[in-house]
Amino acid sequence: MTLTLFYIASAVAVFATVMMITRLNAVHGLLYLILSLLAVGVLFFLLGAHFAAVLEVIIYAGAIMVLFVFVIMMLNQGQKTIEQERIWLQPGMWIGPSLLALILFVEMLVIVISGGSAETGHVVNAKQVGIALYGPYLLAVELASMLLLAGLVGAYHLAKPILKTTKTGERS
Amino acid sequence: MNGIPMEQGLLLSAALFVLGLIGVLVRRNLIMILMSLEVMLNATGLAFIVAGSRWGEADGQIMFLLILTLAAAEVGVGLGLVLQIFRRFHTLDADSLNGMKG
Repeated sequence: MTLTLFYIASAVAVFATVMMITRLNAVHGLLYLILSLLAVGVLFFLLGAHFAAVLEVIIYAGAIMVLFVFVIMMLNQGQKTIEQERIWLQPGMWIGPSLLALILFVEMLVIVISGGSAETGHVVNAKQVGIALYGPYLLAVELASMLLLAGLVGAYHLAKPILKTTKTGERS
Repeated sequence: MNGIPMEQGLLLSAALFVLGLIGVLVRRNLIMILMSLEVMLNATGLAFIVAGSRWGEADGQIMFLLILTLAAAEVGVGLGLVLQIFRRFHTLDADSLNGMKG
């Protein structure tokens, strides 16, 4: 049964990714990308990596996608925005992602009803991950924190409203 | 010991990676290129999880965590660059940004 669930979630992930790279509107692509990430989260659960599945849903499908939504919102200023929003919010566009999300939801229901852990392979729980993370991988954690700090400073500097060029005056 | 064969997980990971690569190469909208990059990073994370599940070690999930931080930093800087490009050139077409200064 685990193999069947694996195949269904894989099909959802591949289909959502194909739909993502063929959409013309960035927002429609974003919907399918979120579905692809959620399907990969289900796959992580089926592979026994529960902690990674939770992080996939919270950080990838939550936080990083919110960044994309903010940027797409900021880039669509002006007069034509309302017309554009009306086109984007056509009910037809909701059907595909909703169906895929429904498939994933049914999979989760099947797993929960069939006893919580439907023989999901070798479970590596969060305790083992944490012990390894702060034992042999301590230096990697520090490097990751430095990388995040560099990303924070870089994003703050790059997204400032006016970035002055060096000599030939300002280009706004 | 595991219900899911390792080869099929790695095949799925490779398929997702190739799809993301096709997205990067084909699409010319900068936001779509960044989204395809996310798909590629996610596929590599899936490969690590599959390998970690195969041997029952926590190392795969730790590599996934590091890829997650990498993706977060990359998306922050990349979207900052996209904002700056849009403010300067009023377009998101990657092909129209082929001119350099000097």
